[in-house]
Amino acid sequence: MHSKASLGLKIAAIGGLLFLHLPILLIFVYAFTTEDKSYQWPPPGLTLQWFEVTWNRPDVWQALGLSLKVASISTLIAIVLGTLCAAAVARSKFFGRETISLLVILPIALPGIITGISLRSAFNIADIPFSTWTIILGHATFCIVVVYNNAVARFRRTSSSLIEASMDLGATYWQTLRFVILPNMATAILAGGMLAFALSFDEVIVTTFTAGQQQTLPIWMLEELVRPRQRPVTNVVAMVVVLVTFLPILGAYYLTRGTETVAGQGK
Amino acid sequence: MTVAIKFSGVSRHFGIVRAVDGVNLEIAEGEFFALLGPSGSGKTTCLRLIAGFEQPTAGSIAIFGEDATQVPPYRRPVNTVFQDYALFPHLNVRDNIAYGLMVRGDGKSARRAAADEGLELVALDGFGDRKPSELSGGQRQRVALARALVMKPKVLLLDEPLGALDLKLREQMQSELKSLQRRLGIAFVFVTHDQGEALSMADRVAVFNEGQIQQVGSPEDVYDRPQAPFVADFVGASNVLPADIVNAVIGTHAAASLRPEAITLGSGPLGGVVEAQAFLGSATRIEVRCNRQIIKVLIPKGGVVPAIGEVVQMGWAPGALHMMDGAHG
Amino acid sequence: MAKAVRSPLSDALWRRPNLLLLLLITPPLLWLGIVYIGSLFALLVQSFFSIDEFSGLINYEFTLKTYGELLRASNFDILVRTIAMASAVTIGAAIVAFPIAYYAARYARGKWKAVFYLGVMLPLWSSYLVKVYSWKLILAKEGILNWLFETLHLSWVLEAYLSIPGIGGNSLSVSWTGTFLVFLYVWLPFMILPIQASLERVPPSMLEASGDLGAKPGQTLRHVILPLALPGIIAGSIFTFSLTMGDYIIPQIVGTSARMIGQAVYQFQGTAGNIPLAAAFAVVPIVVMGIYLTLAKRAGAFDAL
Repeated sequence: MHSKASLGLKIAAIGGLLFLHLPILLIFVYAFTTEDKSYQWPPPGLTLQWFEVTWNRPDVWQALGLSLKVASISTLIAIVLGTLCAAAVARSKFFGRETISLLVILPIALPGIITGISLRSAFNIADIPFSTWTIILGHATFCIVVVYNNAVARFRRTSSSLIEASMDLGATYWQTLRFVILPNMATAILAGGMLAFALSFDEVIVTTFTAGQQQTLPIWMLEELVRPRQRPVTNVVAMVVVLVTFLPILGAYYLTRGTETVAGQGK
Repeated sequence: MTVAIKFSGVSRHFGIVRAVDGVNLEIAEGEFFALLGPSGSGKTTCLRLIAGFEQPTAGSIAIFGEDATQVPPYRRPVNTVFQDYALFPHLNVRDNIAYGLMVRGDGKSARRAAADEGLELVALDGFGDRKPSELSGGQRQRVALARALVMKPKVLLLDEPLGALDLKLREQMQSELKSLQRRLGIAFVFVTHDQGEALSMADRVAVFNEGQIQQVGSPEDVYDRPQAPFVADFVGASNVLPADIVNAVIGTHAAASLRPEAITLGSGPLGGVVEAQAFLGSATRIEVRCNRQIIKVLIPKGGVVPAIGEVVQMGWAPGALHMMDGAHG
Repeated sequence: MAKAVRSPLSDALWRRPNLLLLLLITPPLLWLGIVYIGSLFALLVQSFFSIDEFSGLINYEFTLKTYGELLRASNFDILVRTIAMASAVTIGAAIVAFPIAYYAARYARGKWKAVFYLGVMLPLWSSYLVKVYSWKLILAKEGILNWLFETLHLSWVLEAYLSIPGIGGNSLSVSWTGTFLVFLYVWLPFMILPIQASLERVPPSMLEASGDLGAKPGQTLRHVILPLALPGIIAGSIFTFSLTMGDYIIPQIVGTSARMIGQAVYQFQGTAGNIPLAAAFAVVPIVVMGIYLTLAKRAGAFDAL
């Protein structure tokens, strides 16, 4: 482009980005405030004591443990199902292919509350008691699409002649899977898995319907938001959650970065 | 002559599309064979049927006398050079070339030796440690060629092997491929839509149109003695004269083909008005209208080029007018 | 020859390509079919039951009575209010998102491209609750926004705005404006990414062609860029609209006491124990989104997802 962006556009774009980021940064400041009764700004003083208080809260640890467990198992299920689905959709043109894409996207395209109340109705009708597995059932369902999206994009970029070349050179389906498909798919699947993990770790709307009395970390936070007990602890947890979810997102970004540019040049 | 590949009534239909429709074909051992046709004519599907990437809807395929219809690609004694080269992006050049040896279980040293030999064969010594993304288009193609050849196939399949290369590189590769084929003595089967490429490289050519073979023969055969209007038109852009014109000129009611370069201006049985001219460098092509028919005439450099609007008579040497049997178009 | 690998299953997969497809597609299809579609079906079934007004127990008989209740003024208000809010958020998000997406697609290069990409991705993926929470901090009476207005001696502007009926209220954190702001903030990245994707597919030569043919920049924007970005805007609107319609946490934490669909569903299934009415409420967004997705598909928006 030889034309330059106009000043108005620049301001609108940069302003939009700031609008997206400043609120999150604000959380970091509040985690250090000495004020514990209100959301006073500017903070009257700064302290590290709330980190220690939070560290010694067993309910926080318990909620964190459950969240990690749910996110790990849901991610594994989503990786398997999402990759299989992507392989089928990307590799062949069959009747009903579009329906399957739609079916995969539906759990996040429809409001979370619908997935939540639907699962709740189903558990109710089938008489299934709430457990860790009822949470996982819901989480894995809406995580499939994240892995699917990543995998399908990579499958499309991986020329189908690679698989044919492998078989032409004497490799069976299994050898082709092991030596060609998996090495080429690995980063995309891993990136999808990381995003699925972040999605599950953070999910609250569906979880409120499938958790019963159990508390994941987001549910713990929701309780604190609705009925604040100790605001500084909530501040610290919020900051930690931001940092923890940033890691898989950055990881996923670095894993898929190179391939995105190659794909862009190929167009 | 040993038959390397034999198609017996082979069809491949995709739904209602007849990509390949009742093809019979024999390719001999050690032959340089071209599958020529426009895109969508079924030539690539034929190649994929030989490799085993497609399975025939009907008919059978034999490779060196053995029925291969039910044999998966990884057990056929043929190897393919892909149009997009299909080099494995996660492997370096050496591992790409040795891939086939690796999956069949050859040891590391044997693989390395074979890969180096393959690199030498295509004049890429010392490129073994590079990634495919670090090579030029021409180099990638050589790697693809070496990767297929280290498997010592009995037939090498090449899908539009020169399509992605620029003109100069293409001419160089044409002669290299040809001398490589002579040296190895195995059959090369290659797909192309470029009639010049097919004529200059192949021992025999099969001309495809709409899933069927229109003609199989030597380059001279298909160029000078086309058996169908499609062949005459596609191979070298011949004039196809409809039966009524031929009847008026020589009294035989049949369609015929007439090469633009075989026509001489001055006197002759066919008259018309010059409508267009195009300078081609080594020659000038003019278009002459005779009633509803446009006749293309090639005038070599130095010849007299008539002006647009001028009335000319066209003649030709005896035998230049080639009658086409089975031509009703 | 050396190509004598034995692998009967692999051979079988080659001979019957459909078998491979079947093996691949069956597990995800079973999961989504049973867990998800099965659950949606359960929801639909529940919505045709009713609740006995005296005993409070579910009456397991087919009836349309529960759907009839949706039309009662207090319930119907909830539907109208929710759809109005979802529309407002969608339009607002499109307006704020477009310059960001346009700048990122057209002008950002190299390092700035990465900054923009991550600048949208990080907020998109970072914790939903934390984002909502941060706005509770911002909009609080003693929070940063009020402090800012005070410091600039502009509190009278804010008070004047809050006194406007409908969008105002006692403070920003209990006003519809507050709810709108949080929705806009939380769903904005979902609008930016598809717009950016659709804009990146517009070749620069097309804009040059438009200019070459005499179009002023404004005309190029209106007649070339916007139509080409439309599939992206529609794709983004699917998310902003759907997510706003089904949310029950944001209006609960920031906003007035008037409920939206999500809150109604949550309360009816929870404290009120009226699962049939909750189910009937939940069917409304499904129907709305069904219509929306059908229209979006016709406009070719799925390519931009």
